[in-house]
Amino acid sequence: MSVNYGSKRVVVGAHYGLRDWLSQRVTAALMALFTFVLLAQLLWPGRPLGYERWAGIFSAQWMKFLTFAVIIALAWHAWVGVRDIWMDYVKPVGARLVLQVATIVWLVGCTGWMVQVLWRL
Amino acid sequence: MADTSGTTAAGRRLSRARPGTMRLIDALGYRLPLAGVVSILHRASGALMFVLLPFVVWLFDVSLTSEVSYERFTSAYLAGIGVVPAWAVKIVTLALIWAYLHHAIAGVRHLWMDATHSVTKEQGRSSAIVTLVVSIVLTLALMGKLFGWY
Repeated sequence: MSVNYGSKRVVVGAHYGLRDWLSQRVTAALMALFTFVLLAQLLWPGRPLGYERWAGIFSAQWMKFLTFAVIIALAWHAWVGVRDIWMDYVKPVGARLVLQVATIVWLVGCTGWMVQVLWRL
Repeated sequence: MADTSGTTAAGRRLSRARPGTMRLIDALGYRLPLAGVVSILHRASGALMFVLLPFVVWLFDVSLTSEVSYERFTSAYLAGIGVVPAWAVKIVTLALIWAYLHHAIAGVRHLWMDATHSVTKEQGRSSAIVTLVVSIVLTLALMGKLFGWY
Protein backbone atom coordinates (compact mmCIF):
# COMPACT_ATOMS: atom_id res chain seq x y z
CA MET A 1 0.00 0.00 0.00
CA SER A 2 2.99 2.33 0.14
CA VAL A 3 2.76 3.01 -3.59
CA ASN A 4 -0.83 3.41 -4.77
CA TYR A 5 -0.51 5.04 -8.17
CA GLY A 6 0.60 4.15 -11.69
CA SER A 7 1.02 0.43 -12.35
CA LYS A 8 1.02 -0.28 -8.58
CA ARG A 9 -2.41 1.26 -8.04
CA VAL A 10 -4.84 -1.05 -6.17
CA VAL A 11 -7.82 -1.52 -8.47
CA VAL A 12 -9.60 -4.47 -6.86
CA GLY A 13 -10.83 -5.52 -3.44
CA ALA A 14 -11.86 -3.53 -0.42
CA HIS A 15 -11.21 0.16 -0.06
CA TYR A 16 -8.63 -0.60 2.61
CA GLY A 17 -9.53 1.92 5.19
CA LEU A 18 -11.90 4.29 6.75
CA ARG A 19 -14.68 4.39 4.18
CA ASP A 20 -15.95 0.81 4.44
CA TRP A 21 -15.35 0.68 8.18
CA LEU A 22 -17.42 3.83 8.63
CA SER A 23 -20.18 2.92 6.17
CA GLN A 24 -20.60 -0.47 7.87
CA ARG A 25 -21.12 1.27 11.22
CA VAL A 26 -23.37 4.06 9.98
CA THR A 27 -25.65 1.63 8.10
CA ALA A 28 -25.70 -0.66 11.16
CA ALA A 29 -26.67 2.20 13.47
CA LEU A 30 -29.49 3.19 11.10
CA MET A 31 -30.84 -0.39 11.06
CA ALA A 32 -30.60 -0.58 14.87
CA LEU A 33 -32.55 2.69 15.14
CA PHE A 34 -35.18 1.34 12.73
CA THR A 35 -35.49 -1.83 14.85
CA PHE A 36 -36.28 0.22 17.96
CA VAL A 37 -38.69 2.54 16.12
CA LEU A 38 -40.59 -0.47 14.74
CA LEU A 39 -40.58 -2.29 18.08
CA ALA A 40 -41.86 0.81 19.90
CA GLN A 41 -44.83 0.99 17.50
CA LEU A 42 -45.54 -2.74 17.82
CA LEU A 43 -45.40 -2.74 21.61
CA TRP A 44 -47.35 0.52 22.01
CA PRO A 45 -50.74 -0.26 23.54
CA GLY A 46 -53.57 -0.05 21.04
CA ARG A 47 -55.65 -2.13 18.70
CA PRO A 48 -54.79 -5.86 18.53
CA LEU A 49 -52.02 -6.60 16.07
CA GLY A 50 -53.47 -7.53 12.69
CA TYR A 51 -53.28 -6.42 9.10
CA GLU A 52 -54.72 -2.95 9.68
CA ARG A 53 -52.34 -2.01 12.44
CA TRP A 54 -49.30 -3.59 10.73
CA ALA A 55 -49.99 -1.89 7.39
CA GLY A 56 -50.85 1.32 9.23
CA ILE A 57 -47.34 1.46 10.69
CA PHE A 58 -45.76 1.41 7.23
CA SER A 59 -48.37 3.71 5.67
CA ALA A 60 -47.14 6.77 7.54
CA GLN A 61 -45.03 8.87 5.22
CA TRP A 62 -42.23 9.38 7.76
CA MET A 63 -42.07 5.59 8.28
CA LYS A 64 -41.79 5.05 4.51
CA PHE A 65 -39.04 7.65 4.44
CA LEU A 66 -37.13 5.83 7.22
CA THR A 67 -37.84 2.34 5.85
CA PHE A 68 -36.61 3.31 2.39
CA ALA A 69 -33.34 4.61 3.87
CA VAL A 70 -33.02 1.37 5.87
CA ILE A 71 -33.56 -0.77 2.76
CA ILE A 72 -30.68 1.05 1.03
CA ALA A 73 -28.55 0.77 4.20
CA LEU A 74 -29.27 -2.97 4.38
CA ALA A 75 -28.17 -3.57 0.78
CA TRP A 76 -25.01 -1.51 1.23
CA HIS A 77 -24.17 -3.21 4.55
CA ALA A 78 -24.76 -6.70 3.12
CA TRP A 79 -22.64 -5.88 0.08
CA VAL A 80 -19.64 -4.87 2.21
CA GLY A 81 -20.04 -7.91 4.47
CA VAL A 82 -20.56 -10.54 1.80
CA ARG A 83 -17.78 -9.08 -0.35
CA ASP A 84 -15.44 -9.48 2.63
CA ILE A 85 -16.44 -13.15 2.88
CA TRP A 86 -15.61 -13.75 -0.81
CA MET A 87 -12.30 -11.89 -0.45
CA ASP A 88 -11.33 -14.00 2.57
CA TYR A 89 -12.20 -17.43 1.22
CA VAL A 90 -12.26 -17.27 -2.58
CA LYS A 91 -8.83 -16.64 -4.08
CA PRO A 92 -9.23 -17.29 -7.85
CA VAL A 93 -10.01 -13.92 -9.41
CA GLY A 94 -12.55 -15.30 -11.92
CA ALA A 95 -14.61 -17.15 -9.32
CA ARG A 96 -14.50 -14.13 -7.03
CA LEU A 97 -15.72 -11.82 -9.79
CA VAL A 98 -18.62 -14.16 -10.60
CA LEU A 99 -19.61 -14.36 -6.91
CA GLN A 100 -19.37 -10.61 -6.45
CA VAL A 101 -21.50 -9.94 -9.50
CA ALA A 102 -24.04 -12.54 -8.31
CA THR A 103 -24.09 -10.84 -4.89
CA ILE A 104 -24.86 -7.47 -6.48
CA VAL A 105 -27.62 -8.97 -8.63
CA TRP A 106 -29.11 -10.73 -5.57
CA LEU A 107 -29.07 -7.54 -3.47
CA VAL A 108 -30.29 -5.19 -6.20
CA GLY A 109 -33.17 -7.59 -6.99
CA CYS A 110 -34.22 -7.90 -3.35
CA THR A 111 -33.91 -4.13 -2.88
CA GLY A 112 -36.19 -3.42 -5.84
CA TRP A 113 -38.77 -5.88 -4.52
CA MET A 114 -38.75 -4.31 -1.02
CA VAL A 115 -39.04 -0.79 -2.45
CA GLN A 116 -41.99 -1.87 -4.61
CA VAL A 117 -43.80 -3.34 -1.57
CA LEU A 118 -43.12 -0.21 0.43
CA TRP A 119 -44.13 2.47 -2.07
CA ARG A 120 -47.29 0.88 -3.43
CA LEU A 121 -48.69 0.73 0.11
CA MET B 1 2.03 -28.17 22.60
CA ALA B 2 5.39 -27.41 21.03
CA ASP B 3 4.35 -27.37 17.40
CA THR B 4 1.17 -25.46 16.63
CA SER B 5 1.80 -24.82 12.97
CA GLY B 6 -0.15 -27.87 11.79
CA THR B 7 -2.39 -30.31 13.56
CA THR B 8 -2.22 -33.18 11.08
CA ALA B 9 0.77 -34.93 9.51
CA ALA B 10 -0.19 -33.51 6.13
CA GLY B 11 -0.67 -30.11 7.71
CA ARG B 12 2.78 -30.23 9.29
CA ARG B 13 4.33 -31.23 5.94
CA LEU B 14 2.52 -28.37 4.21
CA SER B 15 3.55 -25.91 6.92
CA ARG B 16 7.19 -26.92 6.49
CA ALA B 17 6.97 -26.68 2.72
CA ARG B 18 5.03 -23.39 2.71
CA PRO B 19 5.52 -21.62 6.05
CA GLY B 20 2.57 -19.49 7.02
CA THR B 21 0.09 -21.55 5.05
CA MET B 22 -3.03 -22.36 7.03
CA ARG B 23 -5.90 -24.37 5.69
CA LEU B 24 -9.36 -24.84 7.16
CA ILE B 25 -8.40 -28.28 8.50
CA ASP B 26 -5.50 -26.68 10.41
CA ALA B 27 -7.64 -23.84 11.71
CA LEU B 28 -10.20 -26.32 13.07
CA GLY B 29 -7.48 -27.86 15.27
CA TYR B 30 -7.37 -24.75 17.43
CA ARG B 31 -9.71 -24.09 20.33
CA LEU B 32 -11.39 -20.80 19.51
CA PRO B 33 -11.62 -18.22 22.33
CA LEU B 34 -15.16 -16.94 23.08
CA ALA B 35 -14.48 -13.68 21.26
CA GLY B 36 -13.57 -15.83 18.24
CA VAL B 37 -16.81 -17.80 18.58
CA VAL B 38 -18.81 -14.54 18.55
CA SER B 39 -16.78 -13.36 15.56
CA ILE B 40 -17.34 -16.41 13.35
CA LEU B 41 -21.03 -16.53 14.36
CA HIS B 42 -21.29 -12.83 13.38
CA ARG B 43 -20.10 -13.80 9.92
CA ALA B 44 -22.23 -16.96 9.73
CA SER B 45 -25.40 -15.14 10.88
CA GLY B 46 -24.80 -12.39 8.32
CA ALA B 47 -24.32 -14.94 5.55
CA LEU B 48 -27.50 -16.76 6.61
CA MET B 49 -29.58 -13.57 6.47
CA PHE B 50 -28.07 -12.74 3.08
CA VAL B 51 -29.06 -16.16 1.69
CA LEU B 52 -32.57 -16.00 3.21
CA LEU B 53 -33.18 -12.37 2.21
CA PRO B 54 -35.80 -13.26 -0.46
CA PHE B 55 -37.80 -15.12 2.21
CA VAL B 56 -37.74 -12.03 4.43
CA VAL B 57 -38.81 -9.83 1.51
CA TRP B 58 -41.60 -12.30 0.72
CA LEU B 59 -42.83 -12.05 4.33
CA PHE B 60 -42.63 -8.24 4.06
CA ASP B 61 -44.61 -8.40 0.80
CA VAL B 62 -47.45 -10.74 1.83
CA SER B 63 -47.83 -9.22 5.30
CA LEU B 64 -48.20 -5.67 3.94
CA THR B 65 -49.71 -5.75 0.47
CA SER B 66 -53.38 -6.50 1.25
CA GLU B 67 -55.68 -8.19 3.70
CA VAL B 68 -55.90 -11.17 1.34
CA SER B 69 -52.12 -11.50 1.16
CA TYR B 70 -51.95 -11.07 4.94
CA GLU B 71 -53.95 -14.31 5.17
CA ARG B 72 -51.16 -16.03 3.21
CA PHE B 73 -48.69 -14.62 5.74
CA THR B 74 -50.53 -16.03 8.75
CA SER B 75 -51.31 -19.33 7.03
CA ALA B 76 -47.57 -19.82 6.33
CA TYR B 77 -47.22 -20.34 10.09
CA LEU B 78 -50.42 -22.36 10.47
CA ALA B 79 -50.57 -24.49 7.32
CA GLY B 80 -47.17 -23.98 5.69
CA ILE B 81 -46.21 -22.64 2.26
CA GLY B 82 -47.06 -25.04 -0.57
CA VAL B 83 -45.27 -28.32 0.17
CA VAL B 84 -43.24 -26.77 3.03
CA PRO B 85 -44.91 -27.62 6.37
CA ALA B 86 -45.57 -24.91 8.99
CA TRP B 87 -43.00 -26.34 11.42
CA ALA B 88 -40.27 -25.95 8.78
CA VAL B 89 -41.32 -22.33 8.18
CA LYS B 90 -41.08 -21.78 11.93
CA ILE B 91 -37.60 -23.37 12.14
CA VAL B 92 -36.34 -21.13 9.32
CA THR B 93 -37.94 -18.11 11.01
CA LEU B 94 -36.31 -19.09 14.30
CA ALA B 95 -32.92 -19.31 12.57
CA LEU B 96 -33.51 -15.80 11.19
CA ILE B 97 -34.52 -14.49 14.61
CA TRP B 98 -31.31 -15.87 16.15
CA ALA B 99 -29.21 -14.56 13.24
CA TYR B 100 -30.71 -11.07 13.54
CA LEU B 101 -30.24 -10.94 17.33
CA HIS B 102 -26.72 -12.31 17.32
CA HIS B 103 -25.64 -10.11 14.41
CA ALA B 104 -27.17 -6.97 15.93
CA ILE B 105 -25.80 -7.53 19.44
CA ALA B 106 -22.34 -8.51 18.16
CA GLY B 107 -22.52 -5.34 16.02
CA VAL B 108 -23.36 -3.17 19.04
CA ARG B 109 -20.39 -4.86 20.78
CA HIS B 110 -18.17 -3.60 17.94
CA LEU B 111 -19.57 -0.07 18.25
CA TRP B 112 -18.99 -0.19 22.01
CA MET B 113 -15.40 -1.38 21.51
CA ASP B 114 -14.79 1.41 18.97
CA ALA B 115 -16.34 4.12 21.12
CA THR B 116 -14.71 3.19 24.44
CA HIS B 117 -11.49 1.55 23.17
CA SER B 118 -12.44 -1.57 25.13
CA VAL B 119 -10.04 -3.88 23.33
CA THR B 120 -8.24 -5.88 26.03
CA LYS B 121 -8.41 -9.68 26.07
CA GLU B 122 -10.52 -9.62 29.25
CA GLN B 123 -13.00 -7.09 27.83
CA GLY B 124 -13.20 -9.12 24.62
CA ARG B 125 -14.03 -12.23 26.61
CA SER B 126 -16.57 -10.67 28.96
CA SER B 127 -18.38 -8.81 26.17
CA ALA B 128 -18.43 -12.03 24.12
CA ILE B 129 -20.15 -13.81 27.01
CA VAL B 130 -22.72 -10.99 27.27
CA THR B 131 -23.35 -11.18 23.51
CA LEU B 132 -23.90 -14.95 23.57
CA VAL B 133 -26.09 -14.94 26.68
CA VAL B 134 -28.32 -12.03 25.61
CA SER B 135 -28.78 -13.29 22.05
CA ILE B 136 -29.59 -16.85 23.19
CA VAL B 137 -31.98 -15.77 25.96
CA LEU B 138 -33.88 -13.42 23.61
CA THR B 139 -33.97 -16.13 20.92
CA LEU B 140 -35.47 -18.62 23.41
CA ALA B 141 -38.04 -16.04 24.56
CA LEU B 142 -39.14 -15.39 20.95
CA MET B 143 -39.03 -19.13 20.23
CA GLY B 144 -41.70 -19.63 22.89
CA LYS B 145 -43.83 -16.95 21.25
CA LEU B 146 -43.27 -18.39 17.75
CA PHE B 147 -44.25 -21.91 18.77
CA GLY B 148 -47.16 -20.67 20.90
CA TRP B 149 -45.87 -21.95 24.25
CA TYR B 150 -47.22 -18.87 26.03
